[in-house]
Amino acid sequence: MLIIPCPWCGPRAEQEFHFAGEPKARPVPAEQVSDQTWAHYLYHRSNEKGAHRELWSHAHGCGRWFVMERDTHTHQILSTKAPA
Amino acid sequence: MTATRLAHGGNIDRQKPITFTWNGRVMTGFAGDTVASALLANGVRIIGRSFKYHRPRGIMAAGADEPNALVDLTHGVRHEPNARATTVLLEDGMQISVIQGWPNVDWDIFGVLDLFHRFLPAGFYYKSFFKPNWGFYENAIRRMAGLGRAKTSADRRKFDARVDHCDVLIIGGGMAGICAARAAISAGLNTILVEDRPHLGGRLNWCGRVIDGMPADQWAQQIASDLNCRVLTNAVAFGYYDHNLIGVMETVQTSDPDCGDARLWQIRARHVVLATGAFERPLLFADNDRPGVMLADAALCYVRHYGVLVGDRIVIATNNDSGYESAIGLAQAGAEVTVVDIRPIAGGIQQRAEMVGVRVLPSARVIKAIGRTAVTAVDIRTNRGSHIRIDADILASSGGWSPAVHLFSQSGGKLRWDDGTLTFVPDQSPQAVRVIGAANGTFDPAASMSEAIAAINAIAPEKVSWSLPALSQTEKSVAIEALWQDPDIIGRQWVDFQNDVTFKDIALAASENYVSVEHLKRYTTLGMATDQGKTSNVIGLAIMAQLTGREIPAVGTTTFRPPFVPVSLGAMAGSRFGPLHSPLHQLPAHQSHQKLGAEFREYGGWWRPAFYPRNSEDAFATIQREAKAVRAGVGLLDASSLGKIAVRGKDAAEFLNLIYYNELAKLKTGRLRYCFLLRETGVVYDDGVVARLADDHYLLSPSSSHTKGVLDQLELWHQTEYPSMQVSFHNLTSAYATISIAGPQSRTLLARMESGIDLSDQALPHMSLTHGTMMGHKVQLARVSFTGERAYELTMPAGQGRTFWEHLMNLGQDLGITPIGIESLSLLRAEKGYILIGTDTDGLTLPVDLGMAGPLTAKKVDFVGKRSLLTPDAMRPDRRQLIGLRPTDDQFVPAVGSHAILQVDGTRRSIGWITSSAFSPHLNHTICLAMIEGGRGLVEANAHVTIFDRGKTTTARAVEACFFDQQGVRLNG
Ligand SMILES: [Zn+2]
Repeated sequence: MLIIPCPWCGPRAEQEFHFAGEPKARPVPAEQVSDQTWAHYLYHRSNEKGAHRELWSHAHGCGRWFVMERDTHTHQILSTKAPA
Repeated sequence: MTATRLAHGGNIDRQKPITFTWNGRVMTGFAGDTVASALLANGVRIIGRSFKYHRPRGIMAAGADEPNALVDLTHGVRHEPNARATTVLLEDGMQISVIQGWPNVDWDIFGVLDLFHRFLPAGFYYKSFFKPNWGFYENAIRRMAGLGRAKTSADRRKFDARVDHCDVLIIGGGMAGICAARAAISAGLNTILVEDRPHLGGRLNWCGRVIDGMPADQWAQQIASDLNCRVLTNAVAFGYYDHNLIGVMETVQTSDPDCGDARLWQIRARHVVLATGAFERPLLFADNDRPGVMLADAALCYVRHYGVLVGDRIVIATNNDSGYESAIGLAQAGAEVTVVDIRPIAGGIQQRAEMVGVRVLPSARVIKAIGRTAVTAVDIRTNRGSHIRIDADILASSGGWSPAVHLFSQSGGKLRWDDGTLTFVPDQSPQAVRVIGAANGTFDPAASMSEAIAAINAIAPEKVSWSLPALSQTEKSVAIEALWQDPDIIGRQWVDFQNDVTFKDIALAASENYVSVEHLKRYTTLGMATDQGKTSNVIGLAIMAQLTGREIPAVGTTTFRPPFVPVSLGAMAGSRFGPLHSPLHQLPAHQSHQKLGAEFREYGGWWRPAFYPRNSEDAFATIQREAKAVRAGVGLLDASSLGKIAVRGKDAAEFLNLIYYNELAKLKTGRLRYCFLLRETGVVYDDGVVARLADDHYLLSPSSSHTKGVLDQLELWHQTEYPSMQVSFHNLTSAYATISIAGPQSRTLLARMESGIDLSDQALPHMSLTHGTMMGHKVQLARVSFTGERAYELTMPAGQGRTFWEHLMNLGQDLGITPIGIESLSLLRAEKGYILIGTDTDGLTLPVDLGMAGPLTAKKVDFVGKRSLLTPDAMRPDRRQLIGLRPTDDQFVPAVGSHAILQVDGTRRSIGWITSSAFSPHLNHTICLAMIEGGRGLVEANAHVTIFDRGKTTTARAVEACFFDQQGVRLNG
């Protein structure tokens, strides 16, 4: 079980957090992008081995979402910061 | 001859006898005994039958590595079907029995399987049992094979859970571990020491060495006597998880067997020091599984630690110096001992052994164990190549030591093969872990001690103030010599005792081209039993290397996974069982529903009335009665679980318009709108009514089970996509109670509440809301319906829920007021074609499939999920669409999930399925909602579809998904 450093609350146990996958930039204006671009946004994930960006929320803490960089191989947490 | 209990010595208390039973026979042990040592002392040799061939087996080891001695244990409320006799401490009144063997362990009918062993090679399951199919054989095979049987009654043991953290967690209280603990404490580190046996000191308690001029066990007690830190004994670290979280199972010793049994610890450590020691490996020879064949160090442990001499004529087969340590201890206790060493010469210890009368046969090998139910003699090939037979009742072997790298491997650590000690030793781990002593392949005491201190020094540089005088040089030793399997030996040689895997099985796998060690494991089941191959893994690998002409590291090693030893599921659950397993929300008026005799069920995490049966009414009759009462008069439903999320702020309207499918910015204050919330994929995630309370203030009512999910979505979109918008969200669900009042008499009932609220249709039309005061409390009154009747939702502070409910029930007596549950509500809404998300929809359902296409064309802003509704797939005409179905047999209710089918080229193809079905008491026929391909076209064509329900086919007519009051006359009053 990971120890996750919430950017606002500090290191807390993984059970307090909620995971929402890789953050993807929303293509806008959405109605003007191609089906392929939209499908990429919805379904394609980089699935890195190594450093990987993820969206997490401190659901049972401050309730805020943040971007975490995690090594998917070693489970080391490289950074956490507020969403851009 | 069997084992004898010595008059002196060992860590047992001869003043405290313990009575227990073995297969019903009363026996006596002493405090400090394990189940295994007590059974040995009572002359028990056969402790069970093997997994596959039902061969008699005896105790082989003295710790967690034991493959054979699994027993059925009952003690008070405790029952363990596969207790490992070598690790369970004996307690008064324990009933212990064999887990396999019929009619009894000494005479086992299935023992004939052993005669057919050539027909039961590795992989025989895959090769033999495919005709007609596996299920045909499964019952018979499971009866013959397998381990103990769990009881079917509830486990009444109490399990505790504890959480702790520390600077350094030291696992293993042997020599390296206690030295590391002393050093860590001296460095001011917050330290926890975990040891799986009852005493600290590990092997020092029985190895017989002299350290610093003192017997090793006394030396260990002196070091351990002053450990000023948390020390957990009888506690086994079973799992090494991410970020240095360690799972520890502590067995609690109590005199009262009805008390708590075990504590599960979760310990988070800044640094972990593994001092987990090593497991001795056996040597292979023919029939090496006979009772009386055991590990040399186990025999030594039994005599020195438990005062049990396992036999009186003992042969020790060895390829390294440690076999002599056992020989000395056993000879000193009075046994006649012969050491059979494959090497021409041993270390200095050989001389000490010979001085206590041990006979040594150098350059000799044990070929075969003689004796069927117990060892009676040993066949040996001498240095001259001749074969001799020696009478013996115990044949012990030492094939070297394998570091206990399990936890290190679980930490993500990689292993490295060391040719000097013939072991896998720890290499690198991504976690903050250090390995010391025998677990690191360091078997020399002096080196082990300095490794312990060095590890703590590395954690807290220049802080360690504890040191020991350097130990004097130990005597000269001679290195281990590799002996995995002697190709000259014929006869069956066991590698994995618990899973009955022999050398021949591995050879078969090799000849069938199983190259990867992971495949070898799965094909032969080597190392896959509950002992996880503690005695067999390395031997199996080495044999594979030998057979395929590779080096051992090229064969690789398997990854160890938690748990290190089996852990009771009850301990994992702790107190989280029964009502605490997944605690349910209760409604504010819960007690009122209980008084009314409600039958409760779980709906989306809430414990709600399903229906309120009267007298001996059955479920069907109750639901029909409740539904009729609503349409005839007035029904009362506790809707407090409905979500209530307040959305406030200058940008609330603009934000919600970007999130919701429906137009919300133009919604007038005081009005409600039924809305969908979509995923970006366009799929309907939730539905519910949104109210506008003010320009900058909305109230959402998500489904009971989606409230948290909707809140998460709102926060996610606000924080990541639209952070500059001024809007905030508050979950008010538990602050208020909501009572739904439905039926033609609902307004009459409300008028009796004397609130002064204007209830006229002009002032309060359908889909509007107002506020007022009732019974001295502020309330919100919304006119909204999920039944198709005139209906109101009355919301008051949660603490008033019960008072309001009971007051309304009293006021409505003459109106025939009826409390209704979720089941009749579900019937009423199905009559109207109102959907339930997740029941009538699934993870592919778009708003257009539900007949709500308006907002897609009317709404100009780019709301969540809009783009996905514009793809070719979203616009296919043959998408599954929600329609109604009327079965031709109008009294027959097809099951939810029944498919509508088409016959195509002689095969059936599904074109959709029924999502809701019920018998309507108002229409006196069956109604169904269904998602059917091109469904609306079928409705327009007045077509019939074929329904396939549990093997039978029927037909049904496609109709509009609204069966009752299609004009909404009753709804609008
Ligand atoms: Zn936080």
